[in-house]
Amino acid sequence: MKNEQFSIQFKHVVKKFGDTTVLNDVDFGIIQNKITTVLGFSGAGKTTLMKHILGLTMPTSGDVEVLGTCINKIGELELREFRRNFGMVFQYAALFDFLTSFENVAFPLREFTKLTEAEITEKVMNLLESVGISKEAAARLPSELSGGMRKRVGLARGLALDPHIMLYDEPTSGLDPITTHMVYDLMRETHYSNVHHGFTSVIISHDIHATLKYSDYVVFMENGQVVEHLDVESFKKSENPVIRRFLEL
Amino acid sequence: MKVLVQRRIEDLGTNVTNLLLGLGDFTNFTMKTIFWTFKPPYRWKLLFEQIYFIGNKSIFIIFLTSSFTGAVFAFQIYVGMKVINADSFIGPIVTIALAKELAPVLSGLVVAGRCGAAMAAQIGSMKVTEQIDALEVMGINSYQYLAVPRILGATLSLPLLSAIFLLIGYGGAWLIGTKVILIDEVIFSSLISDFMDLGMVAEGIIKATVFGYLIGIIGTYQGFNVTGGAEGVGKGTNMAVVWGMITVLVVDFFLTSFLTKIL
Repeated sequence: MKNEQFSIQFKHVVKKFGDTTVLNDVDFGIIQNKITTVLGFSGAGKTTLMKHILGLTMPTSGDVEVLGTCINKIGELELREFRRNFGMVFQYAALFDFLTSFENVAFPLREFTKLTEAEITEKVMNLLESVGISKEAAARLPSELSGGMRKRVGLARGLALDPHIMLYDEPTSGLDPITTHMVYDLMRETHYSNVHHGFTSVIISHDIHATLKYSDYVVFMENGQVVEHLDVESFKKSENPVIRRFLEL
Repeated sequence: MKVLVQRRIEDLGTNVTNLLLGLGDFTNFTMKTIFWTFKPPYRWKLLFEQIYFIGNKSIFIIFLTSSFTGAVFAFQIYVGMKVINADSFIGPIVTIALAKELAPVLSGLVVAGRCGAAMAAQIGSMKVTEQIDALEVMGINSYQYLAVPRILGATLSLPLLSAIFLLIGYGGAWLIGTKVILIDEVIFSSLISDFMDLGMVAEGIIKATVFGYLIGIIGTYQGFNVTGGAEGVGKGTNMAVVWGMITVLVVDFFLTSFLTKIL
């Protein structure tokens, strides 16, 4: 894998919280225009890894390079500006509960663009339509939506600013199997309809079956270390006993 | 016995360390909010929403509290002053007490209870549902977006509420003084202008401004420090009210000592 293929690169990253080492010499790259899933048991360091990508947590040593920028070496204001390259879908969607679905998706557009209200309305309705949210549901508050609908609104909000990297934190936790596959289908569809402008999807997940079905690459973490980083086919054949145990679940 | 003493000393050490860490964290939060207050973008809409919520929506409860406080205080002063035939001094005594102490302190306690709790609950529930993380991921500073408008809103609203408290409280006292106790209306009012000056009103306004700022910063700090789920939000809300009220009462003492010397 050549250097220019990576949209995210971890370079010997170590993260310690007091005496506890959460990330231990993590050194790998996430390939551009592909769907990469970070798998691992609870406490493996997946969420900390994601926080490093977003610059919400800084490494104790090592560097995190995103889209060619070393994000642990830039100032706070620059970092905030840089975060507009990311879209994110949270585990429980994290929609603003005081705003309707429409307003949630319009929120980043109102904050960061100079679009007119008419343009915002058009863009928001297109985004909501693309994730299968009806006009009626667009007017509802998050508390009036089902779990699957909230995730879809979260996805639409994440896509509002045309990000280059989309992050999903346990995107299907709490969903039934059918909705889980609907959400994964939508994520994959979203990914491949955006790759023309350089788009990378990173999924943090426990769901081995969905990972094998929908991802291009798999990063397997254990005790703060990357144990394997392989394409899906090679991952399925891995002889690593921990991965075998995970695959047999 | 030796082990018991050692354990007590260890506990004391842990408590002192935790207190110092908490103070450091609070100072850090305060500095961040001050820094982000002066950084653009200035969110006027959010500020006006907070002024509306803290100021306008508190007027009814301030009206109730102040009118009865003024009326009851006038009556109690009458009971005491009647003994020495000085009941015509009810007007200035009640008004001075309202201007310097009762209006800012009671308005502060009302706002700490009503708005400090709301601030901690709103921000705390956003924290536990990752809404604050969502703001940060979008590149929006959560201190600037959530804390600054609330702190400024409380700082600007409380002096206005305190002024309203003073006026309504005076009205309550005037009603009891002139219509129930039957003190001459002219005497009731003219004695007030003889004994009161602008410095007394300024003292109350300064106090209310400081209380507003402190209630805002305590409420938002507790919200940002919520951990866990619903229980954590409940704890944070409780802490915001308790610390908000304690701070108003303690700071009032020091402010009174300071302001009496300079005004």
